[in-house]
Amino acid sequence: MHEQNDAPEEASLASNRVLEIIVALALLTVSAVIIYDSIRLGFGWVEGQGPAAGYFPFYIASVLGIASLAILLKAVVGNTEELRESFVSRVAFGRVLTVLLPSIVYVAAIQYIGLYVASALFIMIFMITVGRESVLRSIMVGVAVPVFFFLMFEKWFLVPLPKGPLEAMLGY
Amino acid sequence: MEEISSLMQGFGVALTPYNLALMFVGIVLGVIIGVLPGLGGANGVAILLPLTFSMPPTSAIIMLSCIYWGALFGGAITSILFNIPGEPWSVATTFDGHPMARQGRADEALTAAFTSSFVGAFVAVVVITFLAPLIARFALQFGPAEFFSVFFLTFASFVGMGRGSPWKTIAAMALGFALATVGMDGVTGQLRMTFGFDQLLSGFGFLIAVIGLFGIGEILASMETGLQFKGSEAKLRLGVVLTTWKKLLTYWATSIRSCVIGCWMGITPGGATPASFMSYGLAKRISPRGANFGKGEMEGVVAPETAAHAAGTSALLPMLTLGIPGSPTAAVLLGGLLIWGLQPGPLLFVEQKEFVWGLIASMYLGNIVGLIVVLTCVPLFAAILRVPFSIVAPVILVICAIGAYTVNNAMFDVWLMLVFGVVGYAFNKLDYPLAPLVLAIVLGDRAEESFRQSMLLSQGNLSIFWSNPLVASIMSLGLLMLVWPLLSSLRTPKTPGQSAAAPS
Repeated sequence: MHEQNDAPEEASLASNRVLEIIVALALLTVSAVIIYDSIRLGFGWVEGQGPAAGYFPFYIASVLGIASLAILLKAVVGNTEELRESFVSRVAFGRVLTVLLPSIVYVAAIQYIGLYVASALFIMIFMITVGRESVLRSIMVGVAVPVFFFLMFEKWFLVPLPKGPLEAMLGY
Repeated sequence: MEEISSLMQGFGVALTPYNLALMFVGIVLGVIIGVLPGLGGANGVAILLPLTFSMPPTSAIIMLSCIYWGALFGGAITSILFNIPGEPWSVATTFDGHPMARQGRADEALTAAFTSSFVGAFVAVVVITFLAPLIARFALQFGPAEFFSVFFLTFASFVGMGRGSPWKTIAAMALGFALATVGMDGVTGQLRMTFGFDQLLSGFGFLIAVIGLFGIGEILASMETGLQFKGSEAKLRLGVVLTTWKKLLTYWATSIRSCVIGCWMGITPGGATPASFMSYGLAKRISPRGANFGKGEMEGVVAPETAAHAAGTSALLPMLTLGIPGSPTAAVLLGGLLIWGLQPGPLLFVEQKEFVWGLIASMYLGNIVGLIVVLTCVPLFAAILRVPFSIVAPVILVICAIGAYTVNNAMFDVWLMLVFGVVGYAFNKLDYPLAPLVLAIVLGDRAEESFRQSMLLSQGNLSIFWSNPLVASIMSLGLLMLVWPLLSSLRTPKTPGQSAAAPS
């Protein structure tokens, strides 16, 4: 999938090396947290129970720690073409954010206005601002999709999804 | 021929109008899922799983497995027409499939792809029919040590057969196991790694992980490339289908070889993706037309497609007989079995005969239905890809959010899905493999349980894993797999000519 990457003139935001280091450090942190809790649980032998509750996680986390150290080391001292390559360009990362940030707002909105209304707004706003679709088309898709899901989940499969004030007004 | 009569009973179960209708719905949904970016076999099944809780388990698994077949078929459409592999295992199909489409032979390429897929899947189902009961009977005698050794081999194979950095495979796997330990410990009842968060009591749902890693991660990656579809038109006429079928007969040797590779890689958890590459590479080396590969050679479509489907289908064999899935999608189906209260493993063949044979019969029928559906409806499915991504992206996000919510009816899971999405995006770009991560989350609990039971039996002595020839040979094979990358890295510099020719 690397062939389709950005055109060379686009400025790079971060190299693969930086990202490799960030991810390896994150994995190392996860490993440390698990080892910490495994020690609290005990990772030795309990008479009659076999290995203690922390035994398996302790060794798994140790393996994770060793592997992430190896990756970290390779990323820091390694000097391959791939490490120098751009992880993501500014423009491309901007495009990623145009979907990631609205998604976060969308998930937050579900808690207050319900899933159906939040979905309708999310689809409409995304289509108009990011996709530059016509307003009429956006509203049509934005309304049709949640209505379809409403019928499917609330009526057909009887699986209740989070609902907000609008649904309450309509008596659901 | 006990299998034949069981299979006939299975057909009796599967051939009800209700189940046939579900099969059809599953295939169509599956192809759509396979065609759309951001929805693949694994997360498509994961999203729809909660909707099937109210169905009888046999009908539910028939529909879900048909979604899987459909997704396998769908991947070929995007690869050939748009040069976008809808699924990782169809990457190798683009090498010759897309050049064929550009030469105006899209119809031939599609027919070849669908038919090869069908052949691969069909052979794999036959293998399952006759091999699965044998393995299940054999596995009935397995103790915890044997089960642990099989788990060990499964995960060691990812390291040995993976194509990327072995450290990253190990890290992804260990992360999966670590996530699986979160929550209440089944043996002692102690809380592990929850740090006082009530939401973590029941652990990380692997369905959430699948939806996030594969679904959201894929959407983010697709957004980054500013996805624009430029594709060829396609319409399949009966005449072309028939002449292509005639041509396909001459590739029988490639088909057989690809089936063998596929079945082998599917049963051992190599998976469909390496199987397709390996089969393509071998065909290129062996075929008299090898030099034409990459320029639109039909044999280059036949080889990877046959192998991918044979692998994708036979991945269900270890899932049914041992409870160990060979692919992420098989892992999701296994999660489904657990939720329906069916314990996957050798006992399934004894206690749930109707379910098992109904499922196996539905594999035959599902693939026949699938072949007919894709051959007749290609223009329809290709049209889906012309829907602008700015409509597809938010709708898929909404579907993922609904899917994540319905697993446990919890908003926490929807947030978790977003986190997994970002992780999936980063992992994908840095070549951390996602399949071992997902399989480790699914199998973590049971791998740990079999390990602890073995330790209890042996009073903490690791020699239990070498206590009889069976468990010893599985463990040794696993160890060999683990050190395989080391061995091959020692060997490669001496024979540079050979390694350059090998499919990477």
